[in-house]
Amino acid sequence: MAAITTGRRAAHQPVKKKEPKLAKRTKRLSRSTSGTVALFAFLFVFGIFTSLPIILTVNRAFMPLDELFLFPPRFFVRNPTTSNFSDLFIIMQESWVPFSRYFLNSIIITGFGTLGHLIFASMAAYPLAKNTFPFKDALFAIVVLALMFSPVVTGIPNFLIISALGINNTYLAVILPAFAAPIGMYLMKQFMEQIPDSLIESARLDGGSEFFIWRKIVMPNVKPAWLTLIILQFQALWATTGGVFLRSEELKPLSFAMNQVALGGVARAGANAAVIFIMMAVPVTFFVFSQSRIIETMATSGMKD
Amino acid sequence: MDFKDTKWMMIKKSRQSYMLMLPYYILFFTFTILPVLTAIVFSFTNFNMLQAPSFVGWTNYTRLFLENEIFVIALQNTLIFAVVTGPLSFFLCFVFAWIINDMPPKIRAFMTLVFYAPSISGNVFFMWQVFFSGDRMGHVNGFLINLGLIDSPINFFRDARFIMPILIIVQLWMSLGVGFLAFIAGLQTVDKALFEAGAVDGIRNRWQELWFITLPSMKPQLLFAAVMQITTSFAIADIVTILAGLPTVNYAGDTIVTHLQDIGWIRFEMGYASAVATILFLLMVGTNKGVQRILRKVGT
Repeated sequence: MAAITTGRRAAHQPVKKKEPKLAKRTKRLSRSTSGTVALFAFLFVFGIFTSLPIILTVNRAFMPLDELFLFPPRFFVRNPTTSNFSDLFIIMQESWVPFSRYFLNSIIITGFGTLGHLIFASMAAYPLAKNTFPFKDALFAIVVLALMFSPVVTGIPNFLIISALGINNTYLAVILPAFAAPIGMYLMKQFMEQIPDSLIESARLDGGSEFFIWRKIVMPNVKPAWLTLIILQFQALWATTGGVFLRSEELKPLSFAMNQVALGGVARAGANAAVIFIMMAVPVTFFVFSQSRIIETMATSGMKD
Repeated sequence: MDFKDTKWMMIKKSRQSYMLMLPYYILFFTFTILPVLTAIVFSFTNFNMLQAPSFVGWTNYTRLFLENEIFVIALQNTLIFAVVTGPLSFFLCFVFAWIINDMPPKIRAFMTLVFYAPSISGNVFFMWQVFFSGDRMGHVNGFLINLGLIDSPINFFRDARFIMPILIIVQLWMSLGVGFLAFIAGLQTVDKALFEAGAVDGIRNRWQELWFITLPSMKPQLLFAAVMQITTSFAIADIVTILAGLPTVNYAGDTIVTHLQDIGWIRFEMGYASAVATILFLLMVGTNKGVQRILRKVGT
């Protein structure tokens, strides 16, 4: 009923249709209350389900050891303490490679890996988004194809290639492949397409080189996409343990050391809870502060025919 | 001849564009395209990293399907994971994004965080180990014992009956990733005037609105998110290894990827592992292409 009434009203007053206020009301009137309740109940149940492990992570990080081993198991911390973090700190100090070294490795890998990816991916994205030249479609299509399989497929041959290049067991073995991640280049190209052509044309008439246009015109206009590429790459590199590519202990990143503590079992349950909390807190905090920019970038992420 | 000349002229004219793309594409070909080609070539050889590879034809593939029972189980598990978590997570991504789209911006941002956080929070999936811990200290066991439903704790990750269902739950829990964000963003860009025009044209409720207006205008995002979810659903490995071990009890939760890691990094049978990688590659790309074809029909 409601929908019909609004429909009629809108039909009778076509001039008012353009007012955003009316548009909003039309939308709301066409929704039933029972539907709304059902959808929100669904959302609520799943919201609890997704946040349970995260709430538990936070609580366990501050639980004293005796609370971690209670029956029945406890979900919320009763006597919060920071002793798990100090335990972790002591374990890390006693480790063979100093804690600061793992930390430095993580900074080098995520820092350079993210920066290089941002620069190279957006340098390649600009001509693909804004210029026409032979093989353009094929060059982009192959990046889209790369989105369709995951890096686990290329893990073993990559090991052979990296060994052949002689960069195995160096930072480069992890950093160089990260530069060429397809997802960042794809998102950047899609986002750059909405830059007005006139902006680029006028710079070109002034005699600017393509590199100059990329650097001075295009890049300042795609700042939301920078942040998106940075957070996606940061997450991936922050979580990497280096695996077979970084064999020397003094090259391993923080996540590797953290995993070692986490594998310590019952004896290190407290430190383990602190580790999981730290590894979670960094990317989540990063996302909280950059969310609106990332959503802005994602608005152009769609695949066109 | 003439055509070739103009093409060459255009290439020369676009020199600067190519130069800009060169660094990225050199790295991209070296670390993404070349490895795929290498895997395909090595899959027809016997290679253990010590001796030079020797050509063995289709032997690796026939061995996989005819002699390797574990591979067949892993393939089955991978397909179950993909068929269940792929479409379901795609559906959940869309439904959640759709429901929270009408909320005020602050609440929407909070709900986005609630659903997206699991996919970026690293090792938090380890908490499922705590929930489903095999002793009385596990939350699920503690709960069931308290209710009197069971007498002794169930060893969830060591019992072949429970491994797959639990891993599927965990995978669904952490699968609201980039595709989910794409939906949230896409829904906000749907032209509001369309809803109003729809009301005029006789759209009565939100379900019709969803089917006739929202979904067709979201087609690009549907295609993108499908790729993201499908690729992830075929690559499940870390949660299996960390929660249920490598290999899992009776191989109940092993996937192609964990099997690949097993024969590649533990047994160093690179030719054999390359055959597995090639099959996985074909599965992922084939499924993606097929689903893209279906999704392009949405709203037509």
